[in-house]
Amino acid sequence: MDRRSFLKSGLIGCSAAASPLLTPITLASAPWEGRLVVIILRGALDGLDAVRPWGDPDFVPMRKELLGRDPEQHAIGNFFGLHPGLAGLVPMWEAGELAVAHAVSTPYRDKRSHFDGQALLEAGNGGDPFQIARDGWLNRLLQIAPDVETRTAFAVGRDRLHILSGPGTHATWSPNTALRLSPQGAQLLELIYHDDPLFRDAALQAMDIIEGIETAPALDDDTMEDMEMMATPSGPTGRVTGEVARFVVEQLRRETRIASFSINGWDTHARQGPQITRKLEELSQTLELLKTGLGPVWGQTAVLVMTEFGRTARVNGTKGTDHGTGGVMFAAGGAVRGGQAYGTWPGLAEADLYKGRDLMPVRDIRAYAGSAMRGLFGTSVADIEKVIFPGLDMGADPGLLR
Amino acid sequence: MAFDPLTAVHRFGLGPSPEFALPQAADALLEEAAARDPFARSHPIVTTDKLFALDVTYREKRGLVREAEGQAAKDAAREEARAVSRQARDRAFDDFRALFVRHVGRPYGLSERLVTFWSDHFTAVGSGAIGQYGGASYANEAIRPHIMGRFPVMARAVLRAPLMLSYLDQVLSTGPNSLIGKRRKGRGLNENLAREFLELHTLGVDGPYSQDDVRQLATLLTGLSIERGKGFVFRPGIVEPGAERVLGQSYGGDTIDAIDAAVEDLALHPETARHLARKLAVHFVSDTPDDGLVRHISTRYLASDGDLAETTAALLEHPAAWNAARQNVKWPIDFVSSSLRALGISASAIESASMRDVRTLAVNPMGRMGQPWGSAPDPAGWEEEDTSWITPQAVAERVSWAMRAPVRLTSELPDPRDLLALVAGDSAPPELRFAVDAAQNRQEGVGLVLASPSFQRR
Repeated sequence: MDRRSFLKSGLIGCSAAASPLLTPITLASAPWEGRLVVIILRGALDGLDAVRPWGDPDFVPMRKELLGRDPEQHAIGNFFGLHPGLAGLVPMWEAGELAVAHAVSTPYRDKRSHFDGQALLEAGNGGDPFQIARDGWLNRLLQIAPDVETRTAFAVGRDRLHILSGPGTHATWSPNTALRLSPQGAQLLELIYHDDPLFRDAALQAMDIIEGIETAPALDDDTMEDMEMMATPSGPTGRVTGEVARFVVEQLRRETRIASFSINGWDTHARQGPQITRKLEELSQTLELLKTGLGPVWGQTAVLVMTEFGRTARVNGTKGTDHGTGGVMFAAGGAVRGGQAYGTWPGLAEADLYKGRDLMPVRDIRAYAGSAMRGLFGTSVADIEKVIFPGLDMGADPGLLR
Repeated sequence: MAFDPLTAVHRFGLGPSPEFALPQAADALLEEAAARDPFARSHPIVTTDKLFALDVTYREKRGLVREAEGQAAKDAAREEARAVSRQARDRAFDDFRALFVRHVGRPYGLSERLVTFWSDHFTAVGSGAIGQYGGASYANEAIRPHIMGRFPVMARAVLRAPLMLSYLDQVLSTGPNSLIGKRRKGRGLNENLAREFLELHTLGVDGPYSQDDVRQLATLLTGLSIERGKGFVFRPGIVEPGAERVLGQSYGGDTIDAIDAAVEDLALHPETARHLARKLAVHFVSDTPDDGLVRHISTRYLASDGDLAETTAALLEHPAAWNAARQNVKWPIDFVSSSLRALGISASAIESASMRDVRTLAVNPMGRMGQPWGSAPDPAGWEEEDTSWITPQAVAERVSWAMRAPVRLTSELPDPRDLLALVAGDSAPPELRFAVDAAQNRQEGVGLVLASPSFQRR
C-alpha cells in the first residue's frame, strides 16, 4: 500500500460525486492561523495523582497508598512532579511547550455527577442556577467568528461532543467511516430525507465530508513524513485514540483550526494505580504524537486537556479515589507559554480542602480556555465573558499563550 | 390519539414482520411481555454460574502459566488459558444469536424492548478475560424476570448481581469499623455504587439527596460482595456496624434486610417515580414527552407500589403515547433487529449464522453506528437524544448497512414496495413511494426503505 492510500484508507467509499446534494467544499482561507485542540477526559481524572504536589507536606501522607515505595518524582518545576505514566512529557515541559493549571474546576459543585459535570464543562455556562446550555462553548465561539466553514472545526470520534454542538457551523466525523451509495441512490436519499432536518443535515454533512476527503489535494511530503512518524498510543483505547489523533492532525494541517475529541476511562474508584498508569501513558503518547504529526504548525497550536472534576484528596478504602471537585488541566503546544504551573496552590491540610474532602478549586477552568482563545484567535474578553462562557469573570488574564 | 396497530409495533415493539399479524390492542403487547420467555429452553443464554466456572478455570490456567518452567511449558499453559477465554467469547456469540432469536421471534417485541430498557437503566459492563462477556447473563437473570414485576424487586436483584457489584466497585467496599476493616488496614468504603444508585437508578440527579446521603448509603451497602466461583454473597465481616440514615430514615441491623428496606423506600420515593416515568416516556415516545403522560405513568407507579406491569400499562394507555407522528430514532440494536424482522429473517437463520456473519453483519456495524454491543460508555447507559444517534458518521453507517447488509442476510430480498407497505402501511410519504419505485434495483429499493425516516423513527 502506498503512503497516500494508507493515509486515506477507510475514508473512501462514497461514489456520490454526481449527487446534487453536494456543495463543493471551498478551500477558503481559515479565519485564523492558530490551532486549538480540546481533549476531554471523561470519567474525572485524578489531578492529584497525575500532577503530584511533592512540595506540599500533606501530600505524601495522604497519598501513600497510591505512590508506592520510592516513587520517582519526574519533577516539573520545584513543587510538582508528573505521574510516571506521564514521564514522557517531561521533555515537552522542559522545551516550554507544556503547562499545567492545578486546582481548577467548572462552576459545578457538590452533586459530583459525571454526566452533569461533563455537560457543564462542555456547555461552558455558569452553574447557578444549575442549567446546562443547549450549545457547547466551542460552538458559541464559531457562532461569532468570521469566515467559518464546515471544516473550520471538527468534533472527532464516535463519542458525543457537546462542546461543539449547536447552530454554529462545524463538522463531526469519525475516522474510517464510509458511505456506500450509488449516485442515483444518493439522489433518492436526498429526496426521502428532504423533510426530516435531522437526517437530511447529517447525511448532507457526511457526503460533504467524504467528498472533501476524496477531493482534497494530497498532503505535502513534509506532512506525510511527519504523520508517518506518529506511533499508535498504548493503553486500552490507544488504537482508537491514535486513529482519531491522526485524523485530527490531517485536518489541522489543512484548513481546520479547531478540533475536539475525548478519551474515556478515567473513573478510578478502585485499584487506581495500574488503571491510571495505562491511561496516562495513552494521554502522554497522544500529546507526543500530536506534536510529531503537527510538525511546523505545532508552533501555532494549543492543546487543552480537560476533565469534568477532580477526585477526593484522600485515597478511599479500595485503593482508588471517589468523585471530587478541584482538578488539573494541561495545556500543550508550541503556542503555549509552557514550562510552568499556573495558579496558586490551595494546600491539602484538612481546613484547606473543599468540604474537608476535595482539592479546593482556586480558579475557574474556563478562564484558562478563555486565555487560550484570546491568544490564538484574538477573541475579546467581552465575547468570552458574555457569549462563550456566560457568567465567567475572567479576572486577570493568566497569559497561557506566548 | 388512540391505539394503532402499526404504531404499536414500531413504538413499543421491534417493528412489523411478515411472520406475525399486527396486534389488535395494547393488551396483546402487555401479554407478550408478561408471558414466560418462550425461548428460555430452546435458546438458553449462558448463566452467570457457567461464566464463574469458566473464570475459575481461566485463573487456574493462568496460575499454571506462572508456575510453568521453561518457555515451551509457559507457552503451552498460556495457550490453554487462551482456549478458555475463547470458549467464553464463543458463548458470547451464542448469547448474541440467542438474543436476536428473541428479537425476531417474539410477535411484537415489547418484552425485548423492556429488557433493553431496564438493562440500560441499570447499566453494568464487565471486564477481564471472562467477565467482559457477562452482560447477556446479567440482563437475563437480574432484569428479564422482573420487567413486568415490581421495580424494587428488580433493584434488589441488581444489587445482588455480580456484574453490577464489580462494575461499580461494591465488591471492594469495606466498613472501616467492620471486623475485616479493623483488622486489615487500607480497606474501606467505596461510594461508587451508592452514588449511582441514587443519581441514576432511583431518585435521579435532581433528586433530594446530598453527599451525606451518598456516604450513608455507601456505608449501608457494605456487605454486598462476590465469592469467586460462586457468585453473590453477603459478608457480615465487612459490614459497617450501626445504623445509617438515608434521606432522614434510619436503617439498622447490619443485615441484608436493612439494605433491602432502604432499596424499597428509595425505589418507591415519589422522585424515583417521576424519574422512571420520565425515562420511560422519553425512551418509548419522545425526547420531549408530554407532561400529562409522565404524570400518568408516575401516578400509576406509586399507586401500584412500583408494579412495572401496571406502569407499562399506564404508558401504553395514555393518548399522548399514540401521537401519530413517528418521533424517536431507533437505537442501533433496534434498527438492526427491526430490519431483520421486516426482511423476514427467521429465527433459524439467525441460529445458524456463522460467527463471521454475526460479526460483520451485526456486531461490528452496531459498533460503528455508535452502540458497541454490551459496552455502554458509562453507568448512565446509552444516550436518549435523537441528535446523539443521527450524526454524520452514524447516518453514513446506517445508510451503508441498509444498502449492503440485506442482500447478504437473505437470498430472497422482498419487493421494496411490499416492504414499504409492511413497515409504513398507507402512511408512507409520497417521496418515499416515489423513491422506492425509482430505485434502480431491488437492493437499493430495500436500502431506501430501511434508511428512510419512516423506518428509522418510531
